[in-house]
Amino acid sequence: MTRGSRVWMLFALAMGWLFLLLWPLLGIHPDGSLTFAEAFSVWWKIALAALFGFVIHRLSRAGVFDVVTRPLSRLTQGVGRVYASSPKWMFLVPLLAFALTYPFFTDRYAQDVAVNVLVYICLGLGLNVVVGLCGLLDLGYIAFYGVGAYTYALLSIHYGLSFWLSLPVCAALAAVAGCLIGYPTLRMRGDYLAIVTLGFGEIVRIVINNWMSLTNGPNGILGIAPPSIIVPAMKDGVLVMETVVMRQLSYMYYIILGLAVFTVVAVRRLNFSRIGRAWEAIREDETAAELMGVNTFRFKLLAYAMGAVFGGLAGAFFAARMRFVSPESFTFIESAMVLAMVVLGGLGSIPGVILGALALVALPEVFRQFELYRMLVFGGVMAVMMLVRPEGLWPAARMGKRSDDEG
Amino acid sequence: MGATILELRGVSAHYGRIQSLRQISLRVDEGEIVSIIGANGAGKSTTLMTVCGIVKASEGDILYQGASIRDVSPDRLPGMGLCQVPEGRRIFPRLSVSENLEMGAFFRRDADGVKKDMSLAFRLFPVLYERRTQKGGTLSGGEQQMLAIARALMSRPKMLLLDEPSLGLSPLISQHIFKIIKDINEQQGTTILLVEQNANIALSLADRGYVLETGRVVMEDKAERLRANPEIKKAYLGG
Ligand SMILES: Nc1ncnc2c1ncn2[C@@H]1O[C@H](COP(=O)(O)OP(=O)(O)OP(=O)(O)O)[C@@H](O)[C@H]1O
Ligand SMILES: [Mg+2]
Repeated sequence: MTRGSRVWMLFALAMGWLFLLLWPLLGIHPDGSLTFAEAFSVWWKIALAALFGFVIHRLSRAGVFDVVTRPLSRLTQGVGRVYASSPKWMFLVPLLAFALTYPFFTDRYAQDVAVNVLVYICLGLGLNVVVGLCGLLDLGYIAFYGVGAYTYALLSIHYGLSFWLSLPVCAALAAVAGCLIGYPTLRMRGDYLAIVTLGFGEIVRIVINNWMSLTNGPNGILGIAPPSIIVPAMKDGVLVMETVVMRQLSYMYYIILGLAVFTVVAVRRLNFSRIGRAWEAIREDETAAELMGVNTFRFKLLAYAMGAVFGGLAGAFFAARMRFVSPESFTFIESAMVLAMVVLGGLGSIPGVILGALALVALPEVFRQFELYRMLVFGGVMAVMMLVRPEGLWPAARMGKRSDDEG
Repeated sequence: MGATILELRGVSAHYGRIQSLRQISLRVDEGEIVSIIGANGAGKSTTLMTVCGIVKASEGDILYQGASIRDVSPDRLPGMGLCQVPEGRRIFPRLSVSENLEMGAFFRRDADGVKKDMSLAFRLFPVLYERRTQKGGTLSGGEQQMLAIARALMSRPKMLLLDEPSLGLSPLISQHIFKIIKDINEQQGTTILLVEQNANIALSLADRGYVLETGRVVMEDKAERLRANPEIKKAYLGG
């Protein structure tokens, strides 16, 4: 058999397998009847699309598109070179300007999406510290988001503490939670670590769910105060301090933008510091790191704590924005989403994580009408990504100039 | 020869319930090259890992510069001048060559001194300088071994523990590596404990040698006497 026909046979096999997966989902009905029409109608659309993609892939492998792709790849390479050689502020300044003016030319819905993206950027960057830099798989990350959210919710409800004063408390409590979860898991590696962190994430959610007297259980906590600021204002000719409650969405946008920028700067500084280097060494080879004088235990604990801090801050914001928290927001699927952003964007890469959050939050909004098939598309995209860009959308590219470019 | 720098007194070690070291006693004096030879699984790597505290000694004591380091955490040893080049090199594959070297000086706070030692390392291994921005994992086996040694040198060790530096290298490259080891010993006065499969080279380099068999020291002597020993010849030197 030639190579070519083998490939087509594999393709046919894959499509047959897909049908076998699809049919039980669409063809077996609750009343026990079996049909094939629905499954088939969905299947042939997917198969056709896959066939189309596959033919294109084969053709491009055979070099049919070289006329187009050659100049194109030269162009992207050129762009990459220009990007690498020009100073970073040339891109950061327009980006920041865009982010700052965003609420002026967008509607409520777009702002809402942007706030979501920014929350997930904070979460992704926090998780990136643990997974991307230190190489510890954490499947329960969302627990810290929950700790932050409930901390602010309770402080606001019971003590009327302001959002700004609560932030450090949320960060500190999340860090403590990070250490508590990190401590017993630090001696584990790989699979065990994944399972235990998953378990801890669920424990936090279930405790929140069942501790009625503190958290009001599944009903959640209502009436959380939005953030407010005190601004000087003129009133009847005298200068008074006035409290402005930041209820508007655009205010919220600016708060989370500030939080995200803070997170980016902090994670970047950590990344390029001695601590970041130690984390990377641990990720690469724990024993070797220890032999080189890295206290792996302390640095791993620190990674958990730092990751948790960013999750906790994002959580506090979440509570302030929704003005309502309930355990439902902190399920495993959220942890999985954040992890997917980090992996999709590029482990250990800050722009990668930002792109990942953008892709996984904003794109589903764009494709709203396919909501039903979101998970299917999601899985497909992940599989394709694994094949074409296994290192992520924007892989961490460090060519060892690190110590120099930090000055 | 100077004072004793490292001493193992009846050290045993276990992996779970399997005992892999049985009351090992050995001694290394300042400025010496001492070699440990033995078959696969004899416990050579375990001995070095136990010295560094990665494997905990279940019995006996380990003295470094006269003080017990049995309960010292492994990460403090480089700062005390004791550094290991582990078996299989174990460089950091996704860090660049210079970042790998910087990791060797992790505990040091004297940035200028580190920079100076870095250029020293590059002079010792010019090929590493050519590849300084390349990721460690993309180096060849021989280059990785040089990087592993250079990385350990970045801690300015008084004593180096080397675990099979010739593993998987061509004879020519091994010779080069061993020559550098000899130079480090002679020029910088670094004490060296060398674990080797290649008993011939190891014993020609070393002052003294220990022979390990199933976790026990079965013989210790001057290196040239070991080389002349008919039993050793038969078992480790191939005839
Ligand atoms: N992590 C481990 N877990 C369990 N047993 C181990 C472990 N590492 C080593 N051993 C066992 O301890 C014994 C000594 O191993 P060690 O690695 O010290 O041998 P070695 O002399 O260095 O051999 P080689 O020349 O092949 O490197 C072996 O029987 C080995 O199976
Ligand atoms: Mg060994």
